[in-house]
This record gives sequence, C-alpha cells and structure tokens, in this order.
Amino acid sequence: MTVTSHPTRTTPPAALVGGVVGLLVLAAASTMVGVADLSWEVLWVSRLPRTVALVLAGAALAVCGLLMQLLVRNRFVEPSTVGTTEAAGLGLVVITLLAPGAPLMAKMGTAALFALAGTWLFLRVVRLMPVRETILVPLIGLMLGGVIAAVTTFLAFHRDLLQTLNSWMTGDFSGILIGRYELLWLVAGLVVVAFLAADRFTVAGMGETFSTNAGLDHRAVVAVGLTIVSVVSAVVVVTVGVIPFLGLVVPNVVSTLVGDNARRGLPWVAVLGSGLVLACDIVGRLVRYPYEIPVGTVMGVLGAAFFLVLLLRSAPRAS
Amino acid sequence: MTVTASTDLRACVGIDRPGIRAEGVTKRYGRTVVVDDVHLDLPLGGVTALIGPNGAGKSTLLSIVGRLLAADGGRVTVAGLDVATSRSDELAKAMAVLRQENHLDIRLTVRELVTFGRYPHSKGRPTGDDLVHVEKALEYLDLTGLADRFLDQLSGGQRQRAFVAMVLCQDTDVVLLDEPLNNLDLRHAVAMMGRLRDAARELGRTIVVVVHDINVASCYADTIVAMRDGRVAACGSPAQIMQPDLLEDIYGLPVRVHEIDDQLIATYYG
Repeated sequence: MTVTSHPTRTTPPAALVGGVVGLLVLAAASTMVGVADLSWEVLWVSRLPRTVALVLAGAALAVCGLLMQLLVRNRFVEPSTVGTTEAAGLGLVVITLLAPGAPLMAKMGTAALFALAGTWLFLRVVRLMPVRETILVPLIGLMLGGVIAAVTTFLAFHRDLLQTLNSWMTGDFSGILIGRYELLWLVAGLVVVAFLAADRFTVAGMGETFSTNAGLDHRAVVAVGLTIVSVVSAVVVVTVGVIPFLGLVVPNVVSTLVGDNARRGLPWVAVLGSGLVLACDIVGRLVRYPYEIPVGTVMGVLGAAFFLVLLLRSAPRAS
Repeated sequence: MTVTASTDLRACVGIDRPGIRAEGVTKRYGRTVVVDDVHLDLPLGGVTALIGPNGAGKSTLLSIVGRLLAADGGRVTVAGLDVATSRSDELAKAMAVLRQENHLDIRLTVRELVTFGRYPHSKGRPTGDDLVHVEKALEYLDLTGLADRFLDQLSGGQRQRAFVAMVLCQDTDVVLLDEPLNNLDLRHAVAMMGRLRDAARELGRTIVVVVHDINVASCYADTIVAMRDGRVAACGSPAQIMQPDLLEDIYGLPVRVHEIDDQLIATYYG
C-alpha cells in the first residue's frame, strides 16, 4: 500500500507562498501612501509602525474569527457580532471613569476582562435558547452587543467621554506611531499559540461528542480559545479601535477554499486577514486624499455587505 | 425450546476479565428511567449486538459506556478502566465511540476527518505510522477514491463510512458504534459488518454495535444483548436469542425464526 503525500502538511502550497508575496507587496505599498514626504524618520516613526500594526491586527482579528466560529460552532460569529468587542469598549469606559490615569496595561487588562465576561454572557444566553437555529445565534449576539454598546454610550455621554469612546469604537490606524502600537506584539504571540493548538481547536469544532471520544477536554479548549479571543479583541480596541466583520469575512472565504481544518486554514486566515486590512487602510487613505477614512468604516461597509450575502446564501441550507 | 430470559442473563454476568463491565448502571431523565440497574459483562474480543425496540435504552447505555453521558448510578469499566474516573485521553486510546447522529458544522475532507481518529495517539502531529493507519482505514471502508472530497459533498452513506473509518483508525481495543449501518446500502452494510467481524476475529477487538435489524445481529454477532424498558431482557449467543417466543416478548409482535443456509433468519412482516 502506498501512502500519498500531503503537501499541505509538510510544505506550504505554492498558492500560500503567492499569498505571502501579495501581502508583502501590499505592506510595501502601505508604507508609501501618505501626506508627509517620505523620509527615513517618517518611515521609522510613523509609516512602518502603521504597516506592522495593520498586519498584526488584521491577522489576529481574522484568526480570532476562525477560533470563535470553531468553538461556538457557528459560521456567523466573530468578536463584533457576539458582544465581545462592545464589552471591551465598556471596560475601557469603566476604567477611564474609575481610574483616569491608569497605565495602558491596566486599561487593556480591564477591557480584556470585560470582553471575556461579555463572551461568557453570550454563550450563556445561547445555551438558554430553546431552539439553536444557526442564524439566531449571531442575531442574539448582535442584540447583546447593542445593549452593551447602549450602556457604554450612556455612561460616556454622562461623563463627557463620547469623543474618546468614538475613537475606540472606530478602527483607525492614523494615530499609530512608534511607541503606541507595541501592545499588538502580544497579540502576535497569541496567534502563535493558536497555531500551536490548531488541532485542538479543530477537534473542539467537531463538537463535544467527537472531542470526548478523542480524549480532549472540550470545556478547557473552549475556555482557552475564548480567552485568546477576548484578549486579542481588547488589545486591538485599545490600540486601534474596532474593525468590524473582519473575523467573519476572512474565515468564511478561507473555509470555501480549503475547509475548516485549522492547521491547514490558519496560515491562510492570517495572511488574508492582514492583506484585507492593509487594502482597506490603503483605500481609506486614498479615497479622499489628503484626508483619511478610518479603516473601521471601510471594513464596516464591506463586511456588512458580505455578512448579508453570507446570510442570504445560507438561508436555503439552514431550513 | 424456549430459553427464558433469566437463564440467558447469567451468560452475561460474572465473566472472568470482561472487556466491558457494567454494574448497576442507571440513567434517569426526570422521572423516566431510561437505563434501569443494568448489570452486564461483555467478553474481550468479538462482536456484540445490542438489540431491542425504540426507547429500550440501547443508545443511552452505549453512550454511558463510551463516557459521552454520565450515569446516575452504577459503574462501568472498559478494559479495567473506570470510565467515569479515568483520564479521558487514556480512555481514548482504549475505546472509540461513535454516536448515531453525526453532524459536523465544520468543513473537513474525508482524509482530514479520518486523520483526527489518530488524535489520541498523535495529538495533532501525525507521524508516518499514523498516516499508514489512515490510508488503511480509508481503504478498509472503500473511501480511497473519496479521500480528498469534503464531507458536505458526500451522500449520507458515504459520510457514515467516513465516520466509521475515523473511529476504526483510532485503533482501540474497544469500539462502540451506534447504528453504524445508518444510510448504508445493502452492499456497504454487508461489507461494514464483515469488516467489523474481521476486526474482532483477526485483531481481537471488542466491538459493540447497536443494530435495528435482528437478522444482522443473528448473522454477524458473537453475542446478542436484547434490551427492553431500560433493562437487559436476554443475553447470549445468536442461537440462544433467535427464539420466536423470546423475540416476540422483546419486540411485542409475532416473530418466526427460520434456518436458511445455516443462518437463523427472523421474519415478522404481516
């Protein structure tokens, strides 16, 4: 009997190498766009940090989308459709009110804790639902996110924090300078953890029965995975703000291309996630040059349209 | 000759070094007792068929043995390991279990799915040895040609074979299968039972299947356990269980048993 080779397991396929090259081209383009004349100082202090931040945030958010979809076993969930992101925002407002001078790490930690609590609340509500209709799950999440966002806005409105809140809730890389994005490297570390544990997440995505049969502690994997998602969401909200739908668009595209096996799909998700955010950011910088449209807005328009297409396409399958 | 249930029951308790032992296993949902104080020893090696009408507790018992469901009372040991207290990853190397309803929300190819059968051994880093097991399992269930197809592109029967391939690929001494013949056409159903019997005879595996067709149990099982109302109603060899009175008692309809080509075949249609 011969054993056929498995190119995806040993060497990355040519297409993925192509994807990485495309990403590098986009990254190079990203450093070239801007109002200021290009000098070494501008490049080092502003352009390069911005590009690195785009790459890290894009990859991490897309990977988080995939993790969440595997762990919740629903194609339509990602941090911004289940309340995780909104909860992180609430955490930021709360810590700003209670301890205005708190260091960045304390803010990030609080946001992460709130994000985790928000995600947990979402899971509780979903479990309480009598029917587990695929499309109802993200709808519940969006409603929950809406409620949390309303509370946040109320608090911010009363304490004159609306402008600050707005800067958190709209993803924008224009403020990225050296010394103001480095927290994102923590996120890169978490993505590496996700890569190492990829098979666990896939098995967990097969459900509790298959996980138990494989000897995997399903609850533990879900807990670890959602903690990663919460911390990444919090860090991204703190450093650049919300980039909605990214974690929804990218994993769903990758799923149709190579399936949901995380070991195979994660490199794709990370590369395409970075690429998409880079592209959206470049578009946002060029559309009304020399002014900028925040990347969160560009992604919001694109992602909402994609979400709608995804919902409509899946409707006959879900019935 | 009619063998009464009480004499049969003795065939399945107090076996020396059983493959699976259930002692007083009970499961309730609210007030309904689904599995009622079951004592059962299944021998090491061989095919055991669990039969009985709907709601007899077959699947529930199988899920409890496979530690997919916690019992409300009693104890189950598989190859000497208590399923409630042993480490799940250790159990996964000794026992594989497949439920009746298998729906995956995620897109995997057949080969990827079957490779996950090696997870308890490889922890996600399949070695050459693991991949040999994978190819063997694919071939064993006639899936080689479908190996790179996604599960959502397959028919129900092909998917069912892929799930069984995954479970066999786990290479455990004990294999529990709930309705493995679901969705299978005649040829694949017969092939599957033949494969399971071979695995039991040649590799010494202990295989427990829930089947609906009592003739499948009669022709392929070494031991038949008949359940009714959450209890073991009878237990023994096919010759001991394939008795008209006993089957009528279990299923609640008249059953005739014929010997055709050295096989005991039950007929029960109008």
